[in-house]
Amino acid sequence: MPAFVSIRNLRKSYGTFEALRGIDLEIEKGEVVCVVGPSGSGKSTLIRCINRLESFSKESEIRVDDIAVVPGRTLAKVRAEVGMVFQSFNLFPHLTVRENVMLAPRRVRGTSRADAASQADRLLARVGISEQADKYPEYLSGGQQQRVAIARALAMEPQVMLFDEPTSALDPEMVGEVLDVMRDLAGTGVTMIVVTHEMGFAAQVADRVIFMDGGEVIETGPPGQVLSAPREPRTKNFLSAVLNH
Amino acid sequence: MDIFDTFLNAEVFLRTWPLLIQGLWVTVQLGAASIVAGLVLGLIVSMIRLYGPVPLRLLARLYIDIFRSIPLLVLLIIVYYALPFVGLRLSPFASAMTALTLVSGAYTAEIFRAGIEAIPGGQFEASAALGLSHRQTMVDVILPQAVKIVIPPLTNNSINVVKDTALASVVAMPDLLKQATQAQALAANPTPLIGAAVIYIAVLWPLVALVSRMERRFGARSR
Ligand SMILES: Nc1ncnc2c1ncn2[C@@H]1O[C@H](COP(=O)(O)OP(=O)(O)OP(=O)(O)O)[C@@H](O)[C@H]1O
Ligand SMILES: [Mg+2]
Repeated sequence: MPAFVSIRNLRKSYGTFEALRGIDLEIEKGEVVCVVGPSGSGKSTLIRCINRLESFSKESEIRVDDIAVVPGRTLAKVRAEVGMVFQSFNLFPHLTVRENVMLAPRRVRGTSRADAASQADRLLARVGISEQADKYPEYLSGGQQQRVAIARALAMEPQVMLFDEPTSALDPEMVGEVLDVMRDLAGTGVTMIVVTHEMGFAAQVADRVIFMDGGEVIETGPPGQVLSAPREPRTKNFLSAVLNH
Repeated sequence: MDIFDTFLNAEVFLRTWPLLIQGLWVTVQLGAASIVAGLVLGLIVSMIRLYGPVPLRLLARLYIDIFRSIPLLVLLIIVYYALPFVGLRLSPFASAMTALTLVSGAYTAEIFRAGIEAIPGGQFEASAALGLSHRQTMVDVILPQAVKIVIPPLTNNSINVVKDTALASVVAMPDLLKQATQAQALAANPTPLIGAAVIYIAVLWPLVALVSRMERRFGARSR
């Protein structure tokens, strides 16, 4: 039985620049993995390869639930299993909050309008923004928008959720409400891969922390080890820089 | 002779008014048909230009550049007077509509392209991550947002198409201008020409005003 998300020798270049230099990673079902590392280390690139928002080298292999992540028909299956939350929310501004959550189930799954609406209302209640369902995203705070984005991704009932710095664009006072939703989600058994600079969140919630630098995984292990007692000098440097910023 | 009798002769005006209205009707039909056909053509060409296979993309670009460069009058004369030499004989209406549509389609394609390119990449990425197909992304996410951006320039383009219908009088289309020149010849008085000018202005001014209003409003809203 292979791991739920399996990444072998992942390489990605932009022209001659190697953004990912051969990543190997196995993630089990239900695992919560936090990816940390300095800017430009390839964290975003790594998780964007998992649902193939980025193409990657032919010699590399990524499988999700044993489905190969390759262009073509099977990509739709992969994307149905993988939800994604972006740093900049990327809500659809011409749709209300409820319609944002309903769109993918309606179009991709063919769910009826009524079913999609009641599912959307359930999810919006779960992320704590039922009252805003009929508003347009621009009238919501950043924290509320990000919670809508999480609900929108959950509407496709993904097995894996990818988060790319979900709190980095938020005002400090809104970071907590989004992290709370993510913490709840981690408790439901969804596999999560979270790129974050929130070391407190990683320490509390992650089953495993991955430290990346220069397109490589430098160190990986439980948060107690990687964040508190790192072995690699580069990890130590990064953590002391983050903690004393 | 008094200047009013020459240019604003009420008796001539009343006599030639039905002709002008007939001409206006032809102008409106030709304008509307060309605008609609140009929109459809432009949307298709913009999709090919943005997302088609490379050789088709180049063709779309070539089409856009050529038909934005060629003077409409030249194109119109080619369609009406030159195509019959290769056995393609179009009616005056079809000739005028073909020429207007080809040119309008080229401008419209560029307007749609600019509108689509103005949508942030994150919208495409969020759609893809949710599993929407390219077509669904366009129909449900991108185009509804692009429409707001493209409506003012599209209206501008439509105004130009209606104005350009006047060129159709050279291929014997009984449009507003043609009827006015004929009425002028019959009445030996230029009042119908002034009448035609007033009608063009009356039809297009509201559209011009609308564009200004939309530009102000959307400009303010997009902030
Ligand atoms: N489209 C692109 N073209 C060229 N280079 C790119 C592109 N996208 C990313 N890169 C480069 O790839 C490297 C990895 O980028 P990536 O965005 O994955 O880093 P990151 O770890 O997510 O950084 P950050 O913490 O700043 O988000 C960086 O050096 C970046 O400059
Ligand atoms: Mg990043």
